[in-house]
Amino acid sequence: MIKLFKQLKPFSLPIAVILLLVFLQSMGDLYLPTLMSDIVDKGIVQQDQDFIWKIGGFMLLVAGGGALCSVVASFLSAKVAMGFGRNTRSRVFSHVENFTLTEFDQLGTASLITRTTNDITQVQTVLMMLLRMMVGAPMMMIGGIIMAVSENAKLSLVFVVVIPVLALAISYVGLKGLPLFKANQLKLDKLNLVLREHLVGIRVIRSFNRIQHEQKRFSAANRDLTDTAIKVNKIMALLMPMMMFVMNFSMLGILYFGGMRIDSGELQVGSLMAFIQYAMQIMFSLIMVSMMFVLIPRASASAIRINEVLDMVPEITDPEVKTTLADQSALHGCVEFKNVSFSYPGAEQPALSNISFSARPGEVTAIIGGTGSGKSTLLSLIPRFYDVVEGEVLVNGVDVRMLTQEELRAKTGYVPQKAVLFTGTVKENIRYGMKEATDEEVQHAAEVAQALEFVSEMKDGFDSEIAQGGGNVSGGQKQRLSIARALVRKPEIYLFDDSFSALDFKTDAKLRAALRGETLESTVLIVAQRVSTVMDADRIIVLEEGRIAGIGSHSELLAKSDVYREIVASQLSEEEIA
Amino acid sequence: MSDNQQEYKRPAQPPARRGGPGGFGGGGMMLPPEKAKDFKKTLRRLVGYLRPKQTQLLVVLITAILSTVFSILSPKLMGKATTKLFEGVFSRMKGVPGASIDFGYINEILLILAGLYLLSALFGYVQQYVMAGVAQSIVFNMREEINGKLERLPLKYFDSRTHGEILSRATNDVDNISTTLQQSLTQLITSVITIIGVIVMMLTISPWLTLITIITLPLSFIAIMGITKRSQTYFVGQQKSLGQLNGHVEEMYTGHRIVKAFGQERESLKEFDRINEQLYDSGWRAQFMSGIIMPLMMFIGNLGYVLVCVVGGIFVTKKMIEVGDIQAFIQYSRQFMMPITQTANIANIIQSTIASAERVFELLDEEEEVPETSAALAGKTGPEEGAVEFRHVRFGYKEDAILIEDMNIKVKPGQTIAIVGPTGAGKTTLINLLMRFYELNGGEILIGGVDITDMKRSELRARFGMVLQDTWLFNGTIRDNIAYGREGATEADVVRAARAAHADHFIRTLPMGYDTVLNEEASNISQGQKQLLTIARAILADPSILILDEATSSVDTRTEVQIQTAMNTLMRGRTSFVIAHRLSTIRDADLILVMNHGTVIEQGSHEELLAQGGFYADLYNSQFSDGELSDAV
Repeated sequence: MIKLFKQLKPFSLPIAVILLLVFLQSMGDLYLPTLMSDIVDKGIVQQDQDFIWKIGGFMLLVAGGGALCSVVASFLSAKVAMGFGRNTRSRVFSHVENFTLTEFDQLGTASLITRTTNDITQVQTVLMMLLRMMVGAPMMMIGGIIMAVSENAKLSLVFVVVIPVLALAISYVGLKGLPLFKANQLKLDKLNLVLREHLVGIRVIRSFNRIQHEQKRFSAANRDLTDTAIKVNKIMALLMPMMMFVMNFSMLGILYFGGMRIDSGELQVGSLMAFIQYAMQIMFSLIMVSMMFVLIPRASASAIRINEVLDMVPEITDPEVKTTLADQSALHGCVEFKNVSFSYPGAEQPALSNISFSARPGEVTAIIGGTGSGKSTLLSLIPRFYDVVEGEVLVNGVDVRMLTQEELRAKTGYVPQKAVLFTGTVKENIRYGMKEATDEEVQHAAEVAQALEFVSEMKDGFDSEIAQGGGNVSGGQKQRLSIARALVRKPEIYLFDDSFSALDFKTDAKLRAALRGETLESTVLIVAQRVSTVMDADRIIVLEEGRIAGIGSHSELLAKSDVYREIVASQLSEEEIA
Repeated sequence: MSDNQQEYKRPAQPPARRGGPGGFGGGGMMLPPEKAKDFKKTLRRLVGYLRPKQTQLLVVLITAILSTVFSILSPKLMGKATTKLFEGVFSRMKGVPGASIDFGYINEILLILAGLYLLSALFGYVQQYVMAGVAQSIVFNMREEINGKLERLPLKYFDSRTHGEILSRATNDVDNISTTLQQSLTQLITSVITIIGVIVMMLTISPWLTLITIITLPLSFIAIMGITKRSQTYFVGQQKSLGQLNGHVEEMYTGHRIVKAFGQERESLKEFDRINEQLYDSGWRAQFMSGIIMPLMMFIGNLGYVLVCVVGGIFVTKKMIEVGDIQAFIQYSRQFMMPITQTANIANIIQSTIASAERVFELLDEEEEVPETSAALAGKTGPEEGAVEFRHVRFGYKEDAILIEDMNIKVKPGQTIAIVGPTGAGKTTLINLLMRFYELNGGEILIGGVDITDMKRSELRARFGMVLQDTWLFNGTIRDNIAYGREGATEADVVRAARAAHADHFIRTLPMGYDTVLNEEASNISQGQKQLLTIARAILADPSILILDEATSSVDTRTEVQIQTAMNTLMRGRTSFVIAHRLSTIRDADLILVMNHGTVIEQGSHEELLAQGGFYADLYNSQFSDGELSDAV
């Protein structure tokens, strides 16, 4: 929390001004009762109406000045809090943009999103509250005590009794209530979980006739939540009456003891009245301060989560000495793996070990293997989503770690396993691959990707809007658009990460046939599950548990690789192989 | 049915509720409240929920009134004590012989005050305490009612809405109602009583001073209205920018790999900064606007304070009122301002609560599943249990978009029916009809010779077993998940089913065996293992008809072989509808249904369909393009 607030440095001047203004305003508020006591003790006692008017005018000035101070303070604090939020957001976002997939895996995408959005908003809101109200509270309290003591030191002893009692009462409720609040949240989450499971599995639940069972689960969670909520609210019910009670009794105390002082001539009635008002102000600020203790833990949990993001150092950075790729046409688009091994951080087993192969322009290299065999990992090493642990990956004969990420990725056209589209039109999505692409190029790419037909069928053709996350197109359509996006880039190296899985056999076949014409001069790497997708590749790499179990053409592999035969057998029936 | 399964939980919007107890203007609560469509009707219905709790609510009302009345009485009494003090001092100053402060009187008042405060606090506590029970139990019943309703809603309802939307009604909206019942309702009562009571008390002291104090009222109303109106535009703008920003962040983070692969980091950052700047701009304006409400109200309050002091002071010198009255007035005018700011607030809160209630009631009023026929022909079917027949079935998800027109199928017990077609061809439609998740538009489906509409839904569904690609398992132990197939299954049954599904082995390799608890996303076992568990569940249920999805994507080859064998075991002797991906299954099937665009376009055996030379033949041939297979070996 404090660490995060260090970022407030650029705002130190406005903050100093805010503090000053709030101080002035608090003093003004405290000065009013003093003036009032003058009215009572001098004006009324001496029946001096002019004096009363004069003091009244002065009070008006004080009140106006105080209001002006707090309006300006409010203006500044809005700017500071929002500015702080803006800067922090920007810092976090640009930092995350530099993250590699390793960091994303580590924190989780969903969590990163909440940290960049909700957590920062949370801290920003608390900062706002702090500047707007909380800063004033302690000042008001201290000022109030000073005024009270100067008015009558002995009577101030009342506070010595009252303030600890009030603090004790508040912290008692806080200590009892907070864990219950937490439990309440947990139980609400649990209820949500039960309901969510119900919604997701509704067909299964109904088909197994387990409605009653689900009903019972829900009721149990509901009952549990209700019980805790009642408990929380019953404890919270204590808070306000208790505070009012303490406050009112302290006032009685002041009146009682104050009356005795007046009797002995130590105190004047106006001062007593002022004193009562000081007491009220002190105690209200105490309640305010106690609310700070509720707010700050919430914000500091958020602050910790934000700092975690900011403290994370991206694993992959650009080389300090840039090596530019010489225009060696002979090596254009060549990809070579030399004894590459890779492990995910913290993993026991390497994801890839000792991989060596090379792929040349005009060739199609397919990678096949079971889940977890390392296919996608292998592909991710080429655009340097991850860095190798041992060995090297060469593109155009240069180690990828010697290139800037920008230059390297400009050469590759990557189609992910899970097609991702962005909000915008179809055209904009395809152009994401190359901003300068002409309409013809976009259309051509769509045609090759077998997307032209369904895009033309859409209401606005290429100008149709894609909803967030591509919700309004099917899985297969998404895949085809993301293929078009890579095609329009005309890269030297194509990377297809199981990109045909959502297509039916027919579209799959047509697309691969059309692709062949497009990729004559490029190096193509395809990760696939289906044998039919990889059969006609120039080179098939069979991966098993991160090792190369076989490398060669379909017929070569059928002859020599057991693993490959097993994969083939599981997908095609006997006759088709023979 | 997996279309609307979200990849992750969207970050929930921060709850826009008021601050702590005491409820003064917090941060983001100045959004214009959503308006209910029919405020009165919804309110009346919501009040209906309160009716069974009449007695408790009466207690709440009475205690609230008492508590407030006592706290309203006290400033006047305290003022009297002050006046006595002043009189004593004043007369002593004037040199009145024997003048002294009447401590007997003062102490008496202090004692009464102590009693009043004590009672006020006590009643305040009782009121909150009782309300806690009332509010929560009303909300408890409401949740139960919603859940019960969800059980009776047809699948049509669930398929046409996102889970988030339904969840939000069942939790957020209900939560909103709960908080309002708990806090705002009593606040409203006490605020109104306070305002009335304070005015009455002030009038008994001095009508003129009261007038002066009340003059500040319209002033504060105008101030609040003016600011709120202006700030609302900024708040709407802020909310919009925040939504855009969240959307952008969500998109860029989920597509991080793509952003990187296409080198678009700078573009994305530029866009982010643009939205962020917008957010800052409308944000600080909104915050500033709402931020000056407090100082303004305080200023107006101080204005009243000064007026009371000055005019009161002059009145005292003219002997129109007493000194203590000034003090009482100062306290009253402070007591007065609070509920006024609160009521403005509460009006908004109540509006958004009614809107929430309306959404909840909307859900409760949804059309339910067609009721079961009373004379359900239970157990009327004999050995023909597994027979399935479609007679002139007509169906569409919408009345004006009929998908299936006059479909006729006849399946004998034990036969295998392969369903083939491109993805999204509507294979789930068939499941929806067979299990009567949706109602037909015409024709009938007979199972074991009985029309499914004549059966109890539970009996109908008990005949079916489903193993689908998107496996559904819940957060519980593996044993419970398998036992889900049949109520009252014994340990031995579970193990037997697991063994038949080839799942026993992997379960035993897990550290906790059958007691392993699946986490929320069931991500602690692999996709293939999940599928094996659902097969075991289906085996345990021992249905006469099966619906299977053969797709085993993202499963490694070995597990796939295991799943295949397990499925074969399961299919033995049962009528099976198989969403087929494997040629061998398709060719050996007794009947092939070829689906496209949501409807069955061809049906027949493998040979028949090939001979037809239609869609199926095309599909079949394209799977092994260019006949490469023949020269593969």
